Amino acid sequence: MSGKDLKQYWKENIRYVLILLAVWFLVSYVFGIFMADSLNSVRVGGAKLGFWFAQQGSIYVFVILIFVYVRLMNKLDKKYDVDEQ
Amino acid sequence: MSVQTWTFIIVGLTFALYIGIAIWARAGSTSEFYVAGGGVPPIANGMATAADWMSAASFISMAGLISFMGYDGGVFLMGWTGGYVLLALLLAPYLRKFGKFTVPDFIGDRYYSNVARTVAVICAIIVSFTYVAGQMRGVGVVFSRFLEVDINIGVYIGMAIVFFYAVLGGMKGITYTQVAQYCVLIFAYMVPAFFISMAMTGHVMPQIGLIGDVTDGSGMALLDKLDQLHRDLGFAEYTNGSKKMIDVFAITFALMVGTAGLPHVIVRFFTVPRVKDARVSAGWALLFIAILYTTAPAIAAFARTNLINTVSEKEYAAMPEWFMKWEETGLIKFDDKNKDGLIQYVANKDANELTIDRDIMVLANPEIANLPAWVIALVAAGGLAAALSTAAGLLLVISTAISRDLIKMQIKPDISEKGELMWARIGAVFAVIVAGYFGIHPPGFVAATVALAFGLAAASFFPAIVLGIFDKRMNREGAVAGMVVGISLMLFYMIKYKLQGFGGGTPDDWWFGISPEGFGTVAMIVNMVVSFTVSRATAPPPQEVQDIVEDIRIPRGAGDAHVH
Repeated sequence: MSGKDLKQYWKENIRYVLILLAVWFLVSYVFGIFMADSLNSVRVGGAKLGFWFAQQGSIYVFVILIFVYVRLMNKLDKKYDVDEQ
Repeated sequence: MSVQTWTFIIVGLTFALYIGIAIWARAGSTSEFYVAGGGVPPIANGMATAADWMSAASFISMAGLISFMGYDGGVFLMGWTGGYVLLALLLAPYLRKFGKFTVPDFIGDRYYSNVARTVAVICAIIVSFTYVAGQMRGVGVVFSRFLEVDINIGVYIGMAIVFFYAVLGGMKGITYTQVAQYCVLIFAYMVPAFFISMAMTGHVMPQIGLIGDVTDGSGMALLDKLDQLHRDLGFAEYTNGSKKMIDVFAITFALMVGTAGLPHVIVRFFTVPRVKDARVSAGWALLFIAILYTTAPAIAAFARTNLINTVSEKEYAAMPEWFMKWEETGLIKFDDKNKDGLIQYVANKDANELTIDRDIMVLANPEIANLPAWVIALVAAGGLAAALSTAAGLLLVISTAISRDLIKMQIKPDISEKGELMWARIGAVFAVIVAGYFGIHPPGFVAATVALAFGLAAASFFPAIVLGIFDKRMNREGAVAGMVVGISLMLFYMIKYKLQGFGGGTPDDWWFGISPEGFGTVAMIVNMVVSFTVSRATAPPPQEVQDIVEDIRIPRGAGDAHVH
């Protein structure tokens, strides 16, 4: 693999990581902490939304984020022919 | 059959299982001893990681802790799960590609320096020891409560079991016992949770029950009911926190980053065959952890509601059997201050008559909910599985630090494979004995410092590893300066505000209003700034190190974990 391809591969990888970490930050810190009070006026079932994100929602999203990352990276590895057999 | 008989049977069976697995999975080489030969399937590794990660504290104390903290308990739930996202995205695949055995291995090679390696070994040992002492204590506590033996005898039994499979099987033995231990502990956690959720809300899944309505006919949402009970008794509302927002943020962040920097967690990702397995394995690990971590807040809310309903303004003489039983252990204390024979459980300290140890919430839950004896026995086996699996993982980090990072890499590089394996076993023996000693004679500061182990990991390892992967220009000088400054600052703050050294201080003096538990966030940022500044003012790393960085960024060619 050429140096230019490697740079491109790395750049796309970084972009995925930044997007996924932005979601990670949003659900835990923004929804669960900074905006928890204002989100609490909305409800999910019998729970206030801010509280729910802090104790439930953020964890669900974390799990999904990792599996999305795995999928994206497996595809990216194939695209740049750096995947493992 | 009595609870006691059931407990002996179930605990005995699970122990026989662990020992059987240990004999089956003996380690024959250093590679098997350190990283299970790098051949663990990702799902199995995910389960092992989950068991490794969830300690006696997660199993026994967390739900109770949340129960008393309400919203603020979210710091632990988010903090101890969100770190896996960082692990999967920033560390695990690259460290797997790097393909050695330990965190100090990476630090030493990436920063071409035995000083860096030694700093990393010291950090790894400090972090792991503060942790493992608490685990051995946990084993003792579970034994003493359920089998009614002395705490110290409980610690000895735990030492003997861990000794057996850690020394014999190394990482290979530990990994496969942890898979079994995960199954035991999650089953033991979920069964009572299903029963209690069903009883309180009519939903089997506790995660649904938490957002459901109570079944007492009032038609109120469970959490609203709980908020109302809290208001009536003068407590802060359950769903609103009482900590400062900045501190909640700092603690959550420190726990996340610390999780991703803990050596016994990181090393688990060296055990899978390929880079893509390391990524997906982090996903499985978090999924298996999330099952318990999303159940815990539900148990917390159910138990809290149940407790208040059972005791508040009720006659002391009419309390159920479990109340008396736990009162004997000193975990429930009742002092009838106004002599009216009723239990006043209120926020006002002068009027409050009841003190409850938070550990009861999980341990006594099956009794409170009137579950059959075998469920109570199962909880005991689950608590032991959680404590033993974590202790074993930590002991392995310590033994590896001795045999590989000190003896093989520094003192005696020409040591034979057989000799190194022997040293690894000697290291494990040594670690079991020291851990047992701390379990029997717990130093007073352990309880205070376990939570801070995360801060230490956040302040030292996490920046050094992440910068080592993502910043090619990062060099020896920068990383060593960053780690030393980061961990010293963290230790200073911890000693000053937690142990009252260096003149001490009160929460009013905290920097930026951040507690010692959250200070790892600040120390980590300082570490990064120092590393960055120093590295730019000194020579770039040599070409072969820059080549290593290039190489770990692409997955192909990971191969087996290899001895260099």
